[in-house]
Amino acid sequence: MKRIINQRPRRGAALLLGLLPFVLVVIVYAFASDARLTANPNDKLLPSFATLGETVSRLATEPSKRSGDIELWKDTAASLQRLALGVGIAALIGLTFGVLLGALPYLRAGLAPFVASLSLIPPLALLPILFIVFGLGELSKVVLIVFGIAPFIVRDLQQRVQELPREQLIKAQTLAGNTWQIMLRVILPQVLPRLIDAVRLSLGAAWLFLIAAEAIASTEGLGYRIFLVRRYLAMDVILPYVAWITLLAYLTDLGLKQLSRLLFPWYHGKEEHA
Amino acid sequence: MTARIEIRNLWKEYGEQVVLEHINLSVAAGDFCTIVGASGCGKTTFLRLLLGEESPSRGEILLDGEPLTAEPGPDRGIVFQRYSVFPHLSALRNVMLGLELRGAPLSGRLFGAKRRRARDEAAAMLEAVGLGHALEKYPDALSGGMQQRLALAQSLVMHPRILLLDEPFGALDPGIRADMHQLVGRLWRENDLTVFMITHDLKEGFHLGTRLLVFDKLRHDPDAPRAYGAGVTYDLPVARADQRTLERIEADVSRSEALAPQSAEAEQASETRPAAQPTAGADAGAGARKGATTP
Ligand SMILES: Nc1ncnc2c1ncn2[C@@H]1O[C@H](COP(=O)(O)OP(=O)(O)OP(=O)(O)O)[C@@H](O)[C@H]1O
Ligand SMILES: [Mg+2]
Repeated sequence: MKRIINQRPRRGAALLLGLLPFVLVVIVYAFASDARLTANPNDKLLPSFATLGETVSRLATEPSKRSGDIELWKDTAASLQRLALGVGIAALIGLTFGVLLGALPYLRAGLAPFVASLSLIPPLALLPILFIVFGLGELSKVVLIVFGIAPFIVRDLQQRVQELPREQLIKAQTLAGNTWQIMLRVILPQVLPRLIDAVRLSLGAAWLFLIAAEAIASTEGLGYRIFLVRRYLAMDVILPYVAWITLLAYLTDLGLKQLSRLLFPWYHGKEEHA
Repeated sequence: MTARIEIRNLWKEYGEQVVLEHINLSVAAGDFCTIVGASGCGKTTFLRLLLGEESPSRGEILLDGEPLTAEPGPDRGIVFQRYSVFPHLSALRNVMLGLELRGAPLSGRLFGAKRRRARDEAAAMLEAVGLGHALEKYPDALSGGMQQRLALAQSLVMHPRILLLDEPFGALDPGIRADMHQLVGRLWRENDLTVFMITHDLKEGFHLGTRLLVFDKLRHDPDAPRAYGAGVTYDLPVARADQRTLERIEADVSRSEALAPQSAEAEQASETRPAAQPTAGADAGAGARKGATTP
C-alpha cells in the first residue's frame, strides 16, 4: 500500500470529505437542540431549525416595527460599507507606502522602523482614543479598521517589492527607466496581485475590528445587532447573523480571488502549471 | 578613433578582498569579447562595473571617451542568466517597454501613432530573435531559451552602445545553447553591436567572438587567498588562437577553479602557473575585426 502522504482523494471524494464536517455539525446541533427543547419547550439556547427559519425569514423580509427598515439588510449594508471603506483605505495606504518603502532606500530607512512600531500597537487599545477624537460616528469605526490592517499591508507589500529580483530593476534602468517610471511600470503592476493577497489575509482582522467597534458604539450593523439581542438571549437571531457574517466573509474572499485571476493571469499562471 | 570602451588601471575591492586588479583594456566598437575564467574570479564583477551597478575602487572606465555614468543606463544593455524579463508583460509589451519609458518620461506609456510605431519596432525585433509567433505570450509561458531570446530583443531595441551578457545561456540545454550562440553571432553582425559575453562554454563561446579575455589571478598567495585579485591573463584575437592555446586556457581555468579561495588547501602556489601574457593594450584586437570569424 502507498504511504498515506501519497494517497490523494479524487475530485468528487474531496468535495464530499469537505462537506462532511458541516453535515456533522448540523446533525449534532439538531440532536442537541431537540434534546433541550423536549426537556424545556421555552429553552432559548439552541433554537430548532424551524424557529431559526422563521426568524431568518422575518429578519430578511419584514420591516421592523420600530424603524420600518428590514433589519438584516440595513445591518448588512451598514457593516459592509464600513468594512469596504476601511479595507479600501487601508489597501490604498498599504499600496502607496509599500511600494515607496520597498523602492526607495532613504524613505525605508526613515519610515520602516516607525511603521513596524505602529503595527505593534494593539488596535483595540486605541478604540477609546478613536472614540474621543473622532466621535462615536462612522469615522472612528473606519479608522479602527484602517489602523488595524494598514501597517500589515504596508509591511507585506514592502517585503514583496524588496523581493523583486535585482536583475529586473537593473534591466529596467538599462531600458531608460527613471525612478518614477520603474515604480509605475515595473514595481506597481507586479505588487497589485500581492495587494489582493494581503487584503485577503487581513479581512479576518478587519471583521474583528468592525464588530468590536459596532458592539461598543453603533445604532446599526451586524455586530451591533448581535450584541443588542444578546440581552434577550436571542440565539435565533445571533446564530443566523454569525452564519451570515461567515458567508459574507467567505464570498468576499472568493470574489477577491477570482478578481485576481481575472486581472492578473500572468500571476496565477504559475500555480496552474505547478 | 576613440575606443568604445577604455579601461585604465581598474581595481575592485570588497573590504579586504581584492577581486580585480590592474586591468587595462581597450575595446573597439564592433568587438565581440568573450570572457572566461574560473568561478568566483570576478567576471560578473567586471560586467557590473561596465554596467555602472558597481563603481571601481581605483581606475576608470571610459565609454566613447567619456567617463561612465555611475548607474545603469540605456547606453548599456544587459542580459542576465535569469530574471531579465518582466513577468507581468507579454513578450511584445516587454520589448515595447524600453521604447515607452524612453518616449514618455512621466506616464511611461505611449499612445496613438507613437505607440503603433513602438509596437511595430518591437514586433520586428521579436521577429529577428525568432519570437515572431509568441508576441502575446507571457514570459511564464515561454521556455528558458525563448525567455533569453526575449531578453535579447528587449535590450537590442534600445540600440545600446555595448551589450553585456552574463552567462546568458548557462541555464539552457547544450543543443539550445548552440542555437542561442548562433543567434547572438547573427544579431551582433546585423546590428553592429559591441558585446561582452561571459561564458563557461569556452569551446562554443570562443568561436563566436573576435576577442577572448581570460580572467585569472596573476599572483597567488596560498596564505592569503583574498589578497590578490584577478586580471586579464590572456587577451587573444580569436582568429589567431589555435587549438593548443585553447586547450592551455581551458586547463588554466580548471586549475584556478581548484585553487579558488573556498578550497583552503591551495597547495599549488603561483610558480606552477604559466607565464601570464600581459594585456596587449589598445591594439590587442587589431588582428581580428568583424567578419574575420564566422561562427
Ligand atoms: N557585493 C559584493 N560584496 C562582497 N563580495 C562580493 C560582492 N560581489 C562579489 N563579491 C565577491 O567577488 C568575487 C567575484 O565574484 P563574481 O560574481 O564577480 O565572480 P564570477 O567570476 O562571476 O563567478 P561565477 O563564474 O561563479 O559567476 C567572489 O569571491 C564574490 O564573493
Ligand atoms: Mg558570475
